[in-house]
Amino acid sequence: MNTPANLKYAKSDEWFDPATGAVGITDYAQNQLSDIVFVELLVAEGEDVSAGQAIASVESVKASSEIYAPAAGKVSAVNAALADKPETLNSDPYGEAWMIKIEGSAAANLMDAAAYEKDCAAREH
Amino acid sequence: MTYIPISPKERDAMLETVGVKSLDDLFTAIPAKHRFPKLNLPAALSEMEAAARLSDLAASNENAREDLISFLGAGAYNHYVPSVVDHILRRGEFYTAYTPYQPEISQGTLQSIFEYQSLMTHLTGMDVSNASHYDGATAAAEAVNLALAQFRGKRKKLVLSPALHPQYREVIHTYTQGMSVEEVGGEANLEAGPDALTALIDDQTMMVMVQYPDFFGRVYDYKKLIDDAHAKGALVCVVANPTALVMFKSPAEMGADVIVGEAQPFGIPLWYGGPYLGFFTIKKQYVHKMAGRLVGETVDNRGQRSYVLTLTAREQHIKRERATSNICSNQGLLALATAVYMSTLGKTGLQQVANLCYQKAHYAAAELGKLKGFSVEYKQTFFHEFVLRCPKPASEVNEYLLANGILGGYDLAQDYPALKNHLLTAVTEMNSKEEIDALVEALKEM
Repeated sequence: MNTPANLKYAKSDEWFDPATGAVGITDYAQNQLSDIVFVELLVAEGEDVSAGQAIASVESVKASSEIYAPAAGKVSAVNAALADKPETLNSDPYGEAWMIKIEGSAAANLMDAAAYEKDCAAREH
Repeated sequence: MTYIPISPKERDAMLETVGVKSLDDLFTAIPAKHRFPKLNLPAALSEMEAAARLSDLAASNENAREDLISFLGAGAYNHYVPSVVDHILRRGEFYTAYTPYQPEISQGTLQSIFEYQSLMTHLTGMDVSNASHYDGATAAAEAVNLALAQFRGKRKKLVLSPALHPQYREVIHTYTQGMSVEEVGGEANLEAGPDALTALIDDQTMMVMVQYPDFFGRVYDYKKLIDDAHAKGALVCVVANPTALVMFKSPAEMGADVIVGEAQPFGIPLWYGGPYLGFFTIKKQYVHKMAGRLVGETVDNRGQRSYVLTLTAREQHIKRERATSNICSNQGLLALATAVYMSTLGKTGLQQVANLCYQKAHYAAAELGKLKGFSVEYKQTFFHEFVLRCPKPASEVNEYLLANGILGGYDLAQDYPALKNHLLTAVTEMNSKEEIDALVEALKEM
C-alpha cells in the first residue's frame, strides 16, 4: 500500500495535498474498488464545496462509490481529462488521477500517512 | 418434500418470541366463519367439459384477427407475425430462462439479448441499446430519469410535446411524482408542430420529448427543434415507431440524444394491450446514466467470443439509491421475439411492410377524404395513421362501425376534448384493399 507522507487522508479514503489543494482517492481505495471504468466529477470550477460533500462518482467493474471533499473551500481546478481515462485512478492515484483542487481550505480532522495506514489495517480485521 | 424452510423448532421459537402459542392464534382477528366460507360453486367438470365451457366463453369475444376489420392503432399496431417467431420463443431454453447473471450458463440468453441490442442500434442509428424495458411508455419515463440523473437535479423542466401519446404522459407523471419535475408543453398549439415547443425551452430545461410519427400520425423533421434544445443545453428524446424508422429518416440523424419507443409492431401480437416491449437507445456518452441491463460481447479466458452483462455498477443492485432507476430487469422473451421478427424479415422485408403500411394508409386517407362530411385533418406528411374528421362525434361513428364488424379507430375526444369529431385511423399491411373499401362504403352509408 502506497501512502505518501506529504499528503493528508480522510477516513472515507480520499487524499488531500495541503501544498497544492489537490484531492483524489488513495491507493488503498483503488485497490478495494478494483478496475475503475467510469468517473464523473460532480462539481465545477469556481463552486464552493463543504467538507464531506460528494465531489465525484466512481464506478468499477463491481462497485460504485461517491467521493467526498476532504476539506471545505472553493474549487480552483478540475481534472476534466480524467473522465476519458478512468483507469489512471488505478495506475496513478496520487499523480495523473487527481480529481479537483480546493483553494483556501483548512484541512481539519484529516489523518497523516501513519494514522491512515493504521486505520486501513484495522479495517482488514 | 416440503419447501418450507423452517423447522418446527424454529417455528416454535418464533411463535414464542411474538407471544402466541400456535399458528392459529395469529388468525384470531378473523372470525372463524369467514376463514373457510362455503363457496357457491357449480359441480366439478371433467377436463373435456371444462375445455368446452372455456371455448364457449372465448368464442364470445370478438378479436381483431378473425372477427373484426381493425383500423385501431394509437400506439399498438396490428401487423403480421411470422410463425417462426412463436416457434423460437417457445423453445424451453428461452421460454423458462431467467436473469442471466451467470454468463457461464447463460450464453444463449445473453447472445439473444446482444443480437436484439445490435438490431435496435441499426434500426435507430444510435450507439447503444439497453436490453429493453417493459413497454414503450416505461422506456419514455426512463428517458426522463436519465435526464434527471444527467443534470443531477439541477435542471427540472421537462418539455413534453402535446402530440406525445397521452398514456405515455400519464406514465411519466406516475414515475416523476414527488420529484418536483416542472412539466410544460401539454397546452401547446397542436397545429404548430414542433415550432410551438421551441419557445418553451430555457436553460432550466433538462429534456424535450417529442414523438415520431406523433400521436396524430404526423411526421416532422425535428432537426431545428433539436438544435434549439441543444443550444440551451437540454437533451432531446424522440419516442419513435419502429416501423416508421424503417422508412423515414432516423431521429439520430436529426441529433436526438435518446430514441425510445414501443417495439410491439415488431413481432408481438396485439394481445390484450400487453405484455409489450420498450426499446431504449442512446448516444454513447449517456451510457452510464442509462437504466436497465446491458449485454456486452467479450472473450473468455480461452479467447472464445462470449457475452456478459456489462457496466452493471450503474444499476440499482450496486449503485442503490444513487442509480438512475429502480429498474434492473428487462423484457427478455419479447426482446427475443422482436430480434427474430427483424432477422426473419430482413431489411428488405421490413421495408416492404413499411411501404405497404404507407401506401394503404394513403389510399384509405384519399378515399375517406372524398366522402361528404369527412376530411383528413392536418396537411403534414403522415405514415400509417391519420386523423379523420367526421360529421358527428367519433364515439357514435365507432358504434356504428362496430355494428358493421369494423373497429373504426381511436376516439380522440377521450384525450383532446376539442377534437370531438376526430377519429385516429391506422392502416397496416394487414388491411386489404377490400377492407379499406368496406370502411369507406360503411361510412358513405352512415
